[in-house]
Amino acid sequence: MHITPDSIILFQLGPVSLNATILFTWCIMALMTVVSWLVTRKLSSTTRLSRWQNFIEVLVISIRDEIREIGGQDPGRYLPLVGTLFLFIALSNLLSIIPGYKAPTGSLSTTAGLAVCVFVAVPLYGIAQNGLSYFKQYTKPSILMLPFNIIGEVSRTIALAMRLFGNIMSGTIIAAILLSIAPLIFPIIMQALGLLIGLIQAYIFAILAMVYIAAGSRVRQNKVDQY
Amino acid sequence: MDNIGVVGAISILASGLTIGIGSIGPALGEGRALAQALSSIAQQPDEANTITRTLFVGLAMVESTAIYCFVVSMILIFANPFWNYVVSKAGG
Repeated sequence: MHITPDSIILFQLGPVSLNATILFTWCIMALMTVVSWLVTRKLSSTTRLSRWQNFIEVLVISIRDEIREIGGQDPGRYLPLVGTLFLFIALSNLLSIIPGYKAPTGSLSTTAGLAVCVFVAVPLYGIAQNGLSYFKQYTKPSILMLPFNIIGEVSRTIALAMRLFGNIMSGTIIAAILLSIAPLIFPIIMQALGLLIGLIQAYIFAILAMVYIAAGSRVRQNKVDQY
Repeated sequence: MDNIGVVGAISILASGLTIGIGSIGPALGEGRALAQALSSIAQQPDEANTITRTLFVGLAMVESTAIYCFVVSMILIFANPFWNYVVSKAGG
């Protein structure tokens, strides 16, 4: 049994191999791009919307509201990153219901890549907001805390990757094990639980990314200073 | 017992102990968090949405430790490098 889709090699061309993770990642990217392009070809700003446009508007507005609650007055700056994280992870987890599909987030490579995106984005947003004085906050409350702050940043990135990987991988393994033990009802229940957990983990990944970015840019503080 | 036997036995024992002991702490912690969330919803029913959202985020953070233990347990059973090594030595 494969614990990650990385070990399922579909194609080998010399040193380069195509494994199931890459294939399904590209499938999800293509699916998201094609659906978005099809829906946004003819946007209508009146009250007569197509169903898909309505659905996408609901998605975007809810994500914007969540970001505004955490990060401050301007959700548009963070929406591309946080929204994409949420939609990619949610879609890749929800599609597990299709037989033959292996969620790419069940591979440590994908989740590590997403976590590294967040790790890089936090200083980028912080420097874009506050300039190079972003690095001063590593020396708060004292310069002796510098190594601990750095270790803290690295370890929360690792925790992001491991949390998502562990949850999704465990869902697929439990379903596979139950299929060989009690194949009638229990795999269905565990599959449903796996879908729910996949959604929750997508939400948590996106929210934690937003919390880390907001903490790094000290957006909260600016918001408080307004009052 | 030869090497293969020792590695196999200890891997199984370790993976069982890892997930067994590792899930005690997070389960207790999540139970406490849930109890607090329920009592605060009872105190302030209007804030139920925020409280529920915060509860889920907190539960996922607390669950992380149990997930780490589960990953180690799975690795010991399915992707055990020590087992692969002794098996390859015995075969080759």
